[in-house]
This record gives sequence, structure tokens and C-alpha cells, in this order.
Amino acid sequence: MNEPGTPLGKDLVGLESLSAEQILTILNTAEPFKEISERRIKKVPVLRGNTIVNLFFEASTRTRVSFEFAEKRLSADTVNIASSGSSVVKGENLVDTARNLEAMRIDMVVIRHGSSGAAKFLAERIPSNVINAGDGSHEHPTQALLDMLTIRDHFGKIEGLRVCLVGDILHSRVARSNIFGLLALGAEVAVCGPKTLLPLGIAELGVTVFSRIEEAIQWADVLNVLRLQLERMEAGFLPSLREYNQVWGVSRAKIEQAPKDLLVLHPGPMNRGVEIDSDVADGPHAMILQQVTNGVAVRMAVLYLLSGGAPDTAEAAKGGAEV
Amino acid sequence: MSGPLLIRGGRVIDPSQSIDAVQDVLVKDGVIAEVGKGIDPPKRAREIDAGGLVVTPGLIDVHVHLREPGGEHKETIATGARAAVAGGFTAVCAMPNTDPVVDDPAGVGFVLAQGLAAGAARVYPMGAISVGQEGKQLAAIGEMYEAGAVGITDDGNPVMDSGLMRKALEYAQAFDIPVADHPEDLGLSGAGVMNEGLVATKLGLHGKPNAAEDVHIVRDLLLAELTEGHIHLQHVSTAYGVEAIRQAKARGVRVTAEASPHHLILTDERVEGFDTDAKMNPPLRSLEDREAVREGLSDRTLDVFATDHAPHHYDEKEQAFADAPNGIIGLETALGLGLTYVVGEGLIDLPTLIHRMSIGPAQAFGLPGGTLAVGSPGDVTIIDPERAWTVDRDSFLSKSRNTPFHGWELKGRAVYTIVGGVAVWEAGA
Repeated sequence: MNEPGTPLGKDLVGLESLSAEQILTILNTAEPFKEISERRIKKVPVLRGNTIVNLFFEASTRTRVSFEFAEKRLSADTVNIASSGSSVVKGENLVDTARNLEAMRIDMVVIRHGSSGAAKFLAERIPSNVINAGDGSHEHPTQALLDMLTIRDHFGKIEGLRVCLVGDILHSRVARSNIFGLLALGAEVAVCGPKTLLPLGIAELGVTVFSRIEEAIQWADVLNVLRLQLERMEAGFLPSLREYNQVWGVSRAKIEQAPKDLLVLHPGPMNRGVEIDSDVADGPHAMILQQVTNGVAVRMAVLYLLSGGAPDTAEAAKGGAEV
Repeated sequence: MSGPLLIRGGRVIDPSQSIDAVQDVLVKDGVIAEVGKGIDPPKRAREIDAGGLVVTPGLIDVHVHLREPGGEHKETIATGARAAVAGGFTAVCAMPNTDPVVDDPAGVGFVLAQGLAAGAARVYPMGAISVGQEGKQLAAIGEMYEAGAVGITDDGNPVMDSGLMRKALEYAQAFDIPVADHPEDLGLSGAGVMNEGLVATKLGLHGKPNAAEDVHIVRDLLLAELTEGHIHLQHVSTAYGVEAIRQAKARGVRVTAEASPHHLILTDERVEGFDTDAKMNPPLRSLEDREAVREGLSDRTLDVFATDHAPHHYDEKEQAFADAPNGIIGLETALGLGLTYVVGEGLIDLPTLIHRMSIGPAQAFGLPGGTLAVGSPGDVTIIDPERAWTVDRDSFLSKSRNTPFHGWELKGRAVYTIVGGVAVWEAGA
């Protein structure tokens, strides 16, 4: 999947296969793109004439809208295909959907799919650039990139920081991408949650495991609080949401015990009163809206780099120059 | 009935009679007529010069899915029986998890008839343990036996109700056929699609723990001990499972068991990259498990080398990993893999491998054959142990292509497959 001449190769399937240098290239490229969203006219011609399909087999508002803003602010032509209202629900399989899109001569596909490996599967079968917007429990690379950008904005660095992912690690693509990316950049990473929601062998990835949130709060510079899918309780992973909130939920009272400046991230959408209490979500520690803002910049950077843009011309590109 | 067949000067390996010597084998009237040195050719006999070749009892694969009826786009009994002989197998046991399930004598008769019509490997039908493989009510075990079923199994939808399993083990004793189980506790497997462990964690795929298999292996062993029935454990893939079977055998429990080529050769690392041709059930496990399965095959804790040949159409496998069906095909690669990796790496010697592919499976399922004893079925496999070849799935006689071994360089393959005295398959030069 590596195409010579582009800093990331053809696709962005995950962070596991990226080097620290490649991840930093994306974060650094995102910096100049942040400013575009602050302008009155939020549009530069970087991807003019490019066609991008946002292919969402799973419901998503935040990620899809974030990608769409990123694409439109780079002047790409975009088409959204959601699982409802498309041939996807008529039983057409992933390969056929992709090949049909390809036959309409597109340039990039942003895919979200419920099965781990779906983005790679697609990337291996079509010549367009493929960007993973979340595949099953595998990876969600742009989410981790925006998380890392937010952390770097606050601390000025990633290396040496202690980041703890809290909650349902077993089912979380956000957790995996964060673990791979943060470890590559030299952060210390921990996970914290009920053991029913921690995958076997997680420690072998090089992360610390905390069973109680209080320990994690003593240790961490950053808590990245994951969304708890409410159906996990029905599937028997947890006794009740109330109990989850009491034991693993991030509350003001718990984070006030932190010995140092503690940043709280959440990829959204939040279940207030379950994994995160409102007094934290709306409080000074939370960077949740900053994450959303950074999401657009990071996705612009990824689109730009995959389209063949050079990292060192990003500043010029946003000024309006052709690339 | 064709004329006599004289196989001259091969290294005859017949573990059932502890023969390993350069001899001739004469097949006449469909049965083994003579094994010895310097046999005079009868009139009009066909002669095969087996100099430099290995002559063995016809190989038997007790675990294949031929998909007919209901899955003819994946495989038919005819294509499966031809794939079998191309891989050196003269007989196969067809699993009953078809559509409809083979759970009555009519279904057994259909499989037998299609097998005979194919004119390739012998096809021995297996019947279901329970009606529709639904795990509720015993299928017509006695009638299926009378119609020709050689064993019963709910492979594909394993029996969760231990009480029903007990009854099957008791009831089948009247017919002296094995109850074959795919040991898996489906509750423990949950949403798992591969081995639970580091690789699954990295890939974000749900894992099946070894315990899902081990719990049912131990259950089955306890029930076999309780009932004095014969349990046959299919495709054992875990270290603990192998050890549990070893101990049960030492206690005298009537248990036979299988090892599959992929569990002897691959580990769950093969799943990296989400290759659906590395997806099967039980899944590829850890290196430790693989070594234990090898040890089990070596010391005869595992009596049988069986493929679990599981054809799937290419577009069924061409999906995201979790969405693709379980299983790989094995009939045309098993012998080459066994010779190259199991024997070639010194795990067991050639006669031991032949044992696990001939008299081992024949005894486990009470099948005729698996031996070159005079009067036995005239089923013989002639192997060129030095023949180098490359696995090319596009040249398979099977209808399906789902193998993780495509492109592998192997050494050794069947060059003649003889069923009832007739060379039904020849490799050519």
C-alpha cells in the first residue's frame, strides 16, 4: 500500500503501520490547516476537482461531518453514502459497492464499517486513496491523531506524557489507534476499565493496566475517556450503568484527587452520567470541543498528504496555491 | 471390474502390518491379493513401476465437508471425491452439516449414491447426532447406520446440551460407531472469530479462548468415561486439550482424536493482515498450542491426520474478516504439507504419518481399508516423496480456492491413487 513519493503511502488504514515520523508529519501538517477554519471564507483550492466518497456503513454524525467539512474546506467534491438509503442495505457487499464507486472515477474513499479490517480490505482492492474512519474494533486513526494533536497543543509535546484510556478497551477502535500512535511517539500508555472490557494480551502491547480509576488518576497526565456503548450491559459485560458510573465514571470528585494538571479527553458522543459526569465534561479539565475543532484540521492534513501534497508546502497550499 | 494391477518395486509402508520394505503389491478383483517380493504378473495385469516411490494403504480423511446437498456452489460430492484422489485419499468421511442436514437414512443414501456415481474416492457418510443438528432430539441414528453412516456428528453446530451428548454416546454403542464432536462451548466463544490473544487484541478482532475448546474436550472425555461410549474429538487445537486426551487414553477412555494440517503448521500470527483464508474453527492458535498438537500426533494421543476440508466460494471469503465464513480446503494439500512439514521437520517419521492417514483413521471409524492385508479393499496410494511442487489453487480439482497455502513450495505428493484396484488418479510426469 505504500506509494513512493507520498509521505503516508496510498491509504491511511491505521496508526499501527505508521512510523513516529509519519505521525508527526500529519500533526505538523495539521497546524497550518487549523487557521483555515478560523477564516471568514473557509475554503482553499487544494483538492479542487477531486471526488471523495464518504462511505459510512455505520451511523456516524461527528466523524462524517468532520470529514465533510475537511473535504469541503479543501474544495473537494464530496458524496455521502450512508448505510440506510443505499444499496448497502439491499445486500450488496462491500466489494461491489466499492467497485461501483470506483467505476465512477473517484479519487478517495473515507470508509466506516462495522468489521475490523474492512478499510484495509477496501484499500487492497481499489486504486483510490482509502481513509479509515473506523473499522470495527480495529482502528480509528484520525480520531487518535486529533486526540494527540489536542494533547500536544496543551502540553507542547507527546513524548514522556502519561495517557490513560478509560473504559471499553475491548470494543474500542479509538483505544487501539491511540495506543499505537502514542507508543510510537514515546508516550507512556495505560488502560483502565472492568476486566470484562479489557482484551486479553493488552499488556503485551506495552501498556500499563489499571483496574480502578483512582489509580489511573494518580498516574496520568491525560485521561481519554471512551464512550460506553449502552448495549454492553445487555450483553452481560457489566451489571449496570449506575455501577459503571460509580466505579469507572470520571467525576469531579475523583479528578480532584489528581496530583497534577490532568487533561480529560472524550471522543464523543458522550453518555453524561455514565462514563463521564457533566461537571467534568463542562469543566476546566475537558478538552472535548478542542478535540472536535482539531478533528477538522487533522483530517484536512490527512486528505492533503494522501492526495500527494508535500508537508513543507502545506503553508503555501492553504494560501491558495495549486498543489 | 478391471484387470489385475501389479505395483512393482516400491517402498511398501503398511503400518497396520508393520511393513516397511521394498516389495510388490498385487491388487486383483478389487482387493489386495498379495504383498511380497518378486510377484509374477498375472495375465493382462497392468504394471506400475514404483521404483523410488512409496506404496501405502489408501489414505483416509475422516473429516471433509463436501457441501452437497445445498452448497453445490462451494463443492459437490463429485468434485470433492476427485479432489480427494488428487490429494492421495482413497476414502473420505463426509460431514452431515449440509442443507438439508443429513439426519435420516434418505440423506445417508443420497451421499452414498453421489459418492458411488463420482467414481473417485470412496465417500462414507456421517449422520447428524441431533435432528437438524439443532441439539434437541436424537436423529435416526440406527436407521442412518443401517443405511451406511459410519459415525455421527453435529460438526458445524456442536452439541451444547451435555445431557443430549451423553445420550448420543450411550445410544450409538448399539451400532459401534463413534460420536464425533467439534468441541466448542459456544458461550465461551461468544463473538470470537479468531484465537484470543495478542494478535486478536491488535487487530481488534474478538477472540475465542482455548478454554472454549478445552471445556468441551473435558466434558466429552468425562461423558465417554461415564457411558463407555466412543468419542472422537475433531481437529484438536489446544495444548490443554491434547494433554487431557493423553490422560484419558491412559485411563482407558474410548477416545480417538484428530490433528489438522493447519494446526500443525500455522499459528494465529497468520491472521495478521486479516486474511480470511486463515479463518477457521477452531482457530489457528499459539505456538505453544501448535507444538502440543505436533507432540500429540507424534505420540498417538491424536490418532488421525484429518483435513477438515471446508470449501467456500471465493466471494464468500472475499469479505471483511469477521463476516467471512470459517474453514479452508485441505484435500489437495494435506499430504504434501504432512510430508514437507510434519515429516520433513522431523516431528514424526514417514511410517508414523502414514499410520495417522491410513490405519489410524480406519480404526477410529471402523472403516474397511487403511491396510494392505490380503483381502482388504484394493485401495493403494503411491507417493513420490521427492516430487517438488508448488501449491497452485487455480489447478485444484476442488471447486473452491480457500487455502492459506497457495504458492507454498512442497516436497512429496501422491502420484497414483488406486481405489478398488483401479488407478482413479495419476499425477503424470
